[in-house]
Amino acid sequence: MNNPVITVRNLVKKFGSFVANDNLNFEVYAGEIFGFLGANGAGKTTTIRILSGLSSPTSGEVIVAGINASKKPEEIKKQIGYMSQKFSLYEDLTVKENIMLYGGIYGMSKSLIKERTERLLEKLNFHEYGNRLIADLPLGLRQKLAFSIAVFHEPKIVFLDEPTGGVDPITRRQFWEMIYETASRGITVFVTTHYMDEAEYCDRISIMSEAKIVALDTPENLKKLYNAATVEDVFIKIARPN
Amino acid sequence: MQKVIESSNISKAFGSTKALNDITFSVDESEIFGFIGPDGAGKTTLFRIIATLLLPDNGEMKVLGSDCFAGFKELRKNIGYMPGRFSLYQDLTVEENLNFYATVFGTTVKENYDLISDIYSHIEPFKKRLAGKLSGGMKQKLALSCALIHKPKLLILDEPTTGVDAVSRSEFWAMLARLRQHDITIIVSTPYMDEAMRCDRVALVQNGSILTVAPPQKICNGFSRKLFMIKSSEKYKLIIALRKYPGTVTAYPFGDSVHVTFSDDSIDESLFRFLSKEGLSKVTAVETEAGIEDRFLELMEKDVTV
Repeated sequence: MNNPVITVRNLVKKFGSFVANDNLNFEVYAGEIFGFLGANGAGKTTTIRILSGLSSPTSGEVIVAGINASKKPEEIKKQIGYMSQKFSLYEDLTVKENIMLYGGIYGMSKSLIKERTERLLEKLNFHEYGNRLIADLPLGLRQKLAFSIAVFHEPKIVFLDEPTGGVDPITRRQFWEMIYETASRGITVFVTTHYMDEAEYCDRISIMSEAKIVALDTPENLKKLYNAATVEDVFIKIARPN
Repeated sequence: MQKVIESSNISKAFGSTKALNDITFSVDESEIFGFIGPDGAGKTTLFRIIATLLLPDNGEMKVLGSDCFAGFKELRKNIGYMPGRFSLYQDLTVEENLNFYATVFGTTVKENYDLISDIYSHIEPFKKRLAGKLSGGMKQKLALSCALIHKPKLLILDEPTTGVDAVSRSEFWAMLARLRQHDITIIVSTPYMDEAMRCDRVALVQNGSILTVAPPQKICNGFSRKLFMIKSSEKYKLIIALRKYPGTVTAYPFGDSVHVTFSDDSIDESLFRFLSKEGLSKVTAVETEAGIEDRFLELMEKDVTV
């Protein structure tokens, strides 16, 4: 088996007396597409914030890309990419300006940025859009661009927070093919989604419920275990206690 | 039977963006009518026109027999509207929000409680909690309760299930189905194709136009080819290989399989030989029935090529 790029051991996160993450244990491997599911309020965002170095664990061990999240959270940010539905690109800048901005933030050299920008525009078939403002791009194209920018610096791991919300079915699938292609290059993709069919695209998925992980396995194995036809059925059975 | 909504040639543009393009359709009493389509399709714009919040550039919109523009004051008493983003008062409690809306519509919570009790009972234990502190699913239930508290004849729900987990989504649709017994007509928009199956009739919308209107099963039956579901242990490799295969017309990932159409509407040994040569193992292929999303993808392709 691959070496893990994310190791979580006995992770606990409390806000006052409220336990948001209750003794989480899991590993994620290089080049894996890992689906992180759970009902709203289950604790997923808390975990992702800790994994991206934005928040510290209350106790437990979290190692991301070889870096200890409790000791050097700032270092983690250099090793990862992040894209969320709520915010990703600056609407009042153009496509090229956004790429340059993020390239700079990632600490890439001007020449590297230039080279990769050409490649990115080529890949997305975006040549006519280079100088278009993000505000003038349809949502589907924005999402594809945001994802490409999130992996522009070839990080070890990219975190995607509900990346395909509301996007048309064709673009959604194109987006997932971009995820597949990225994972095949060895970049780990850690994704949350409410589209249960997207959960099926993942190599493994975990389901959180009320601060705990209640399932973690391949979609195939979970369906067998819970005697379910789809991941949605598994989710409905275990994501909320009834 | 009077039509609850009659839309004729409605168009609306924002600057150079054409949000709605000659929209014509009607909705019958007690129907659950769905508008299915991605972001930017025009659903929210259309709903705002129906809710008397926005004027169209062209065309006529009649709701409950009245023109939306001329009759808006009276219409607003008979419409319940739940917009796309949570829009209740975050700094009021659950109870306070509900009381507020009841009062604004000149009624009381008690008067129509039986209508919302099914929904409200889930959040009643939290009635002293600030609305801003509720989870996504609970916010939805509160918003729905507030939209129903005055017993409207028409309920307009704009993407009520976006961003909400699968369990809450399922519960929400079960609640909507039960509302029908109260003679309420419901129009609802959603980007989730599977929710279309829960509607009586559905309009597929894309880029400001309606692609088709029909009962969901009829839409599925309109799929023009035979559809095949193909699986293998390596999902990505399978998609790439299928697209290379000369007989393939379309190949789309669908969860744990790929939905494929072929130019001669059939599969034979040559496909399996081809896939095997591409390094794929454990390949299975079965014919399957097209769902709403398959049909939507087909219509979108036609829309693009036209």
